[in-house]
Amino acid sequence: MSETKEKPKQGRDATGDDRRLNMIEAINDALDVAMGRDDNVVVFGEDAGYFGGVFRCTAGLQEKYGKTRAFDTPISECGIIATAIGMGAYGLRPVPEIQFADYIYPGYDQIISEAARLRYRSAGEFSAPITIRSPFGGGIFGGQTHSQSPESLFTHASGIKTVIPATPYDAKGLLIAAIEDNDPVIFFEPKRIYNGPFDGFFDRPVKNWKSHPDSVVPEGHYAIPLGKARLVTEGEQLTVLTYGTMVHVAKAVMEEKGVEADILDLRTLVPLDIEAVEKSVKKTGKCLIIHEATRTSGFGAELSALVQERSFYHLEAPIERVTGFDTPYPHSLEWAYFPGPVRIGAALDKLLSE
Amino acid sequence: MADRPERTDNKPQLSLHIPEPNYRPGADEVDFSAIEIPEAGAQPRPDEACDPTETHGLCTDLIRVLGEDNRAHGPWDPKLDPDTLREMLHHFSLVRAFDERMFRGQRQGKTSFYMKCTGEEATSISTSMALQQDDMVFPSYRQQGVLIARGYPLLEMINQIYSNSGDKLKGRQLPIMYSSREHSFFSISGNLATQVPQAVGWAMASAIKHDTRIAASWVGEGSTAEGDFHAACTFASVYNAPVILNVINNQWAISSFSGFAGSERATFASRAIGYGLAGLRVDGNDPLACYAAERWAANRARTNSGPTLIEFFTYRAEGHSTSDDPSGYRSAQERDAWPLGDPVVRLKNHLIELGEWDEDRQAEMDLKAAEKVKADTKEAEKNGILGHGMHQPFHTMFEDVFEEEPWHLKEQNAQSQAERDKKYPDGVPH
Repeated sequence: MSETKEKPKQGRDATGDDRRLNMIEAINDALDVAMGRDDNVVVFGEDAGYFGGVFRCTAGLQEKYGKTRAFDTPISECGIIATAIGMGAYGLRPVPEIQFADYIYPGYDQIISEAARLRYRSAGEFSAPITIRSPFGGGIFGGQTHSQSPESLFTHASGIKTVIPATPYDAKGLLIAAIEDNDPVIFFEPKRIYNGPFDGFFDRPVKNWKSHPDSVVPEGHYAIPLGKARLVTEGEQLTVLTYGTMVHVAKAVMEEKGVEADILDLRTLVPLDIEAVEKSVKKTGKCLIIHEATRTSGFGAELSALVQERSFYHLEAPIERVTGFDTPYPHSLEWAYFPGPVRIGAALDKLLSE
Repeated sequence: MADRPERTDNKPQLSLHIPEPNYRPGADEVDFSAIEIPEAGAQPRPDEACDPTETHGLCTDLIRVLGEDNRAHGPWDPKLDPDTLREMLHHFSLVRAFDERMFRGQRQGKTSFYMKCTGEEATSISTSMALQQDDMVFPSYRQQGVLIARGYPLLEMINQIYSNSGDKLKGRQLPIMYSSREHSFFSISGNLATQVPQAVGWAMASAIKHDTRIAASWVGEGSTAEGDFHAACTFASVYNAPVILNVINNQWAISSFSGFAGSERATFASRAIGYGLAGLRVDGNDPLACYAAERWAANRARTNSGPTLIEFFTYRAEGHSTSDDPSGYRSAQERDAWPLGDPVVRLKNHLIELGEWDEDRQAEMDLKAAEKVKADTKEAEKNGILGHGMHQPFHTMFEDVFEEEPWHLKEQNAQSQAERDKKYPDGVPH
């Protein structure tokens, strides 16, 4: 894990205000910084080169660093991941992009059987210091094939780290840390909040990052250590464990309902910041877990088990899980599927009535 | 046909083709006469920098150098000096002796598993001799010859096979799944064909960094059916990666004959055509042809002329592994009837024909190889054999999952220690 030694410069824009970026710009900035500092960092994926990615996360990198450091690939997730592993074994720091997390499965074997185990099986002789970036999650009317949250398929495998940012500031710092990390990292980008935070009320006007405090993104290099959660709000009533888009939804619901909660943005699922989880649950005695992924065997199940094992005698109510349903993401019924304010509200009522 | 109405027409009925090898155990008479074996030396040798289309004819031909007369023929003759040929023969001898002893070791319960490469020695030894020592190789599981040709200590190989306290891979890998960074030998995976696109990635990285080293990978013909192989061909072609994709067509993927990987319709070398790769089909039991083809492809890769897919047409003379009984699915006469001979015998006869070798020296070499393997085996056994307690310390189980041990692995490590303390209150008995 890498921690920054440099003090980040606080960027200012032309008007003298703090530099504010949306998550896409922050990710682009992180890649720019990482590539600028280390010429072993290479970025590639479907449409990631000349065009700069369908979400524009790699825009301008080919122009700045050349075609051999930022390039397009064939539509072959297996090939993208496998060649990244080979490049990593050579000594590069590849940052492959999988255009949508829903399409990561053809590369899944290469990730969990090869990248994740290379260090172990070679007893440290070889490793795959790769960072696989991929937009994930729903809320954009992407249907079944552009909305999945497959994080628990990766947290279940040994030897790979899973990182999910929830703000532009974190996206940059965590991505830089992931690229500098010597282990393979899955970096899932919650695409619903690429352009602005989402409060879960789909029928309200879309917000952008402009007024959000976490869209102030310093220039230059800074890294947020992997394995450290972020306390988003503090409160005595309960602990909310969540990540990605759902951090913002949770915050909005707590505010609307006037609930004072410790909202923990986990940021890294593996390694998990168990200390922060335990500390908060022991303080509040109640735990609400929120994620967008399907419920059965989702990461919430692991969180629930850990909380129960470690904090059972501090719990004042059964742990509640708010998740997506165990169905594929339905296109037309997206908002009935999404674990939004109504579902969270019901769980809150249950927890707080105990 | 529950979902279709009853047939009322005379359209031809469809039928499914299930490939079947020509010979099965027992009744079938083995006859390999259908295999086309062109004359040694008759195959053209295009320029190494040629357009891939110039190799199309070689994708269905069979590059051969050593003729029935035990002499080298034609443009593919690599013209190796007798010392190099003797060195090659020495590696052959050592691999045979090693395979023999390790196979027996498995039967004696010293390890769980072993895989011989009998009959295929030239496809790893001769080919790796055609590469530079620091070219990166991504082998599959039957390329022990590469390590031996590169001078990797037999002792380390045996330590790995025994998963003992001397095993540099800390007893984690199945026997024969070696790794040696020092010898530019990539860690072997049990998931087939995964390393082929990884080799392409390594080669791409070497090209990105303007390095001079190339990469080579080995895969069995059966595994060319894996998607990874096709991803590798695509990426190799798209980026003109300095890589050699070696396909070892040894006719059998455990009990499935090569027809199940698609050999009935096209040769494996001809896969190259659709991808725009240079392709060569080589007599895999002809050590000189194996060397020459690999050197041709290496020179091609090294000069940015492009990647090459090589099919080595050979025969797996033994079972797939110690867990396999080939008498259950293929004719016992196949091995003897194989028309391309034995690579060791062919090289030996070539050297004798040149007046550079004789049977006595061969016998002496074989004896010395057997003694060397025996001595190293004894030495390795001092570090333990599988299941006899002399393995890596227990705590190493938790190392190298990540660069640093995270809390959950530290906890599980402590748990593992507590379990042992409970089981052995007076200390672990070894």
